[in-house]
Order: sequence, then structure tokens, then C-alpha cells
Amino acid sequence: MHKFLVVLLVAVYLALLSASALAQSSAPVSTDKVAQLEASIAEAKSNADNAWMLVSSALVLMMTGPGLALFYGGLVRKKNVLSTMMQSFAMMALITLLWGIVIFSLAFAKGNSFIGGFQHLFLHGVGAAPDPDYAGTIPLQTFMVYQLMFAIITPALITGAFAERMKFSAMAVFLVLWTLIVYAPMAHMVWGKGGMLNAALGGRFPTLDFAGGTVVHITSGVSALVCALYLGKRIGYPTEVMPPHSVVLSFIGACLLWVGWFGFNAGSALSAGSLATSAFVATHFGAAAATIGWGAAEWIRNGKPSALGAISGAVAGLVAITPAAGFVSPMSAILIGLIAGVFCYFMVAKVKALFGYDDSLDAFGVHGAGGTLGAILTGIFASKLVNPIFKDAQGNALGSGVIDGNWHQLGNQLVGVLMAWGLAIVGTVVILFLVDKTIGLRVSEDHEVTGLDVTQHGEEGYSWETATR
Amino acid sequence: MGDRNTMTKVEAVIQPSKLDAVKSGLLEIGIDGMTVLEARGHGRQKGHTEFYRGREYTVDLLPKIKIELVIVDERVEEVVKVISDAARTGKIGDGKIFLSKVEDVIRIRNDERGPNAL
Repeated sequence: MHKFLVVLLVAVYLALLSASALAQSSAPVSTDKVAQLEASIAEAKSNADNAWMLVSSALVLMMTGPGLALFYGGLVRKKNVLSTMMQSFAMMALITLLWGIVIFSLAFAKGNSFIGGFQHLFLHGVGAAPDPDYAGTIPLQTFMVYQLMFAIITPALITGAFAERMKFSAMAVFLVLWTLIVYAPMAHMVWGKGGMLNAALGGRFPTLDFAGGTVVHITSGVSALVCALYLGKRIGYPTEVMPPHSVVLSFIGACLLWVGWFGFNAGSALSAGSLATSAFVATHFGAAAATIGWGAAEWIRNGKPSALGAISGAVAGLVAITPAAGFVSPMSAILIGLIAGVFCYFMVAKVKALFGYDDSLDAFGVHGAGGTLGAILTGIFASKLVNPIFKDAQGNALGSGVIDGNWHQLGNQLVGVLMAWGLAIVGTVVILFLVDKTIGLRVSEDHEVTGLDVTQHGEEGYSWETATR
Repeated sequence: MGDRNTMTKVEAVIQPSKLDAVKSGLLEIGIDGMTVLEARGHGRQKGHTEFYRGREYTVDLLPKIKIELVIVDERVEEVVKVISDAARTGKIGDGKIFLSKVEDVIRIRNDERGPNAL
């Protein structure tokens, strides 16, 4: 044993000697070499971030099609399955073109505190060079396409409120105008340069919204409620039974939504580092906890935990954790999820029946209610240990949410929530009125009874071989 | 055509879970032609409640299987016994068997008529 130790020591000594000799003999490193090295390190980091962001973009697109299309498609009656799926799919095409032409610029170009400018009209200046204000390591073009996927799913979420009764043409015009008039300003205020709610770029009322609790879920959910009220109930609601025609389709859709949401939330780190991991973990824990919250509430009230309840709970949790992911710890995420699961169950099962509005697929009950709850809870559970977003002049981290002692943040969150509610209500009412007076919103009674698949699209989701030439 | 009106249609509405037992019972006594339909219905059996997002639905049309077969009159009692023995659980909802006279039967392949076409 003793002998072995001596040998080891000698070996280490010799190794050190030879190493220092080697260092002395090597040539001095040129500044050129250092610059080259730095450039290739930056490129490697940029490539890593870009890889994650492209994957995230694809994941978020998958949330709309097939995720949301299946989720909503299964919840409607058989005669409306295709028309419901088509509404989501139409957004994938329509919003994409408009985003390139004007909406990206209105949301993310430098502008005033409400809306962006026209510098990026037709994607002018949106190329390989990053915009350090948004994401310094990925091409602005990647950022543009990632944000596009959010602009696609947000209007698609609203379709749940007017399912089974709105004209395809009216739906398309309404949602295009909505994305211009409601989504673009809200995205600019919260995430855009100069936006009044932007927490990362020094907005006046810095609202913490990591991945779109206000921008995506409150705006779409509250607009959904306005739509349900403005359009009125489906013929036969609530006396006629209208159970989901296939919870199986909804089940698959919800599972795709859960997976896609990792792109939505963890991708919102806009880089592939530890912040993305933190958001990823919070997202997953929030969804799991809300599944249990909704399931338990339902089990207690109805005596059985349903599959539809479990998947609805998961989506409610994902909604509520959206603004919080990236700011909260996994244990806070569990709390947010549990509260969201029970709260959204209550909104959907009790409050909707109490007021009698026909929010057909519960776009408000899940997205509006869950989004509002999540935005407020973010102000409570945001922690500087997870993400030091507020800093003083010396660069020291300041408290984020109430658990850091920053009660002020709760007020800022409320400003963000109120802005989103206000903009959604006013914008939606105005657009609905315009579309109603020009092309009309609802299909005829005959068409509604026959179903929108045949009357709006001339096809059936499940055809039996009866067609003749 | 003297052998017309000697055939009976047997329509049995049974629990879906009893289809296999009924089918193999019939095969054992040499009855191999039948039409099976998925059906919904109810008699005295009460339905059940389902919950979708807190909304309660009463489902009173329950899934059933309907078996249709046409046989010569001589076999009716035998067939009825096989079906009821195989489909019986003794509880409400076991179903019913309906018997009715059949005017004629035509085999589409070769225009054969009557019991020969069965």
C-alpha cells in the first residue's frame, strides 16, 4: 500500500513537470486564432439554439394541426367534425400569409407602446441576422416563424366557442381581422420592442408572460366568450343532447397538445439552455397536477373520473402554466396546476350552466379562465432564483413575484390581464358587428340542422358508401 | 310453389356479449346463414347516465345485437331454444325473439325460390 502511494506521487510529479515544459515550449497564441475560436464558439451556440427553436416551431404548429383540430373535432357532433377541423387548418394557411405580409411587422417591429411599425412589411429585413432585442443567437427569420406558430393557434382556439354554427366565410374573415386588430397589438405590448407591458425590454407595466398567458390564452378565451354571447346558442342547446361524437379523437388531440406545449413554453426561452429546461419542467409538472385537480374534482362530484375530464384538466394546466413557465419552480408549477384544474372544472361544469351561454367547446372556460388565473398566479409564484428578469442598475437581481416579496408585480400582472380582457372584448365586438352586417355570422337554420360538413364544405367526415355519380 | 309460406323469420335482439354464444350454438345445430346487425334499443331496461364536462346525459338507447335468420318452420322451436338458452342471463335486458311468416325467398345468384333458396 505504502509503496503504491509513493509510485503514484512520483508519477503525478513527473506528469506536472512534463506539462509545464510543454506549455513553455508552445508558440504564443495569435489574436487571430482567438478571434477565430470565439467566432466558432458563437456559431456553435447559435446553431444549437437555432436547432431547438426550429424544432419548437414545428412542435407549436403541431398543436394546431393535428392537436387542436383533433381535440375540438372529437368534441363536436359527427355532422360537424370536418368543418371544425377545417377551421383550425384554415388558420395554418391564412395567418401564415398575412403574418409574412403585415402582422409580424405590426407585432414585432419597433413602434409605439401599443403597436409595431411597418419596417418588417413583407418580411423586409427579416433574414439570417439575429435581432439582439429578441434573441441574439438565432436568425430573426427563425424568431419570425416561431412567433407565427403562436399567431396561428391563438385564433384557432376561439373556434371552440362558435363551433357548429358559424359560416366558414364569416369565420375566416372574422379571425383574420381579429389577428390584425387584437392579436398583433397584444403581442406587441407584451413582447414587442417598446411595448408598454414588456418585462424584458423595460415596458411601463412589466407583465410577466413567458409564453403567452395574456397574449394567447386570455385574448382568445375572452374573445371566445364574446363570440358565444354574440352568436347565441346552437339550435337545441341546452335541452337537446350534444355529447362529443368521439372522445377518442379528442384524447389523441390532447396528448399531441401536451407534447407540442413543450415547444410553446420551453421554446419561449428562445435558446436551448437551462431556462428552456426550467420552462419545460414547469410545463410538465403543471399539466400533470391539473390533470389530477380536474380529475379529482370530477370524481368527487360525479362519482367517476372521466377520460374527457383528465384531458381537459391537462389542457387547463398547460394554459395556466404558460405565463408562469420560465419564472417558477417545479413545486410552484404543481400548485398552479392543481388550482387551475379545479378552477377550470368549476368554470366549465358550474359557471357555464349558471349563466347559460353556449361556449360549445369551452374555449372561455379553459383558455380565458385558465389564462387569467395563470397570469395572476405568475405574479405570485415568479421567483428570481428561477429567472432573474428584473435587475437594478448594478445588475443585481430584484424580486420577481410575491414570493420574492415583490407585491408590486401583482399590480402589473393585473394591468396586463385587464389590457388583454379589454382589447379582446372591444376588438371582438367591433369585428363581429362588422362581419355580421356584411356577410352574416351564422349558417341558416336548415344548414345548422343538416350539419356544416355537408352545407359548408360539401363532404362528410365519415361517409358510408352511398354516394352516386 | 306449394311449399311457400312454410318459412319463418327469426329476429333476435340480444346483449352484444352473447353474440358468440348464440352464433356457435346455431352453428352446432347446422344453422349457418344469418345476418347480424349492430343495433341500439331498449325495452324495460333502464339506461345509464354519462357525464361530459359536468353535463349529465341519460343514455337510454343501449347497444344491442340483432340477429336475423330465415328457417323452415320445422326448425323454429329448436332454433328458439338454442338462442334463448345461449343469450339468457336472467336479468332485464336479455332481449327478445320475434317470429314472423316469410312469403318467399329468392336466391339472387340463380333465381332459386322457396326453402331451397335458404
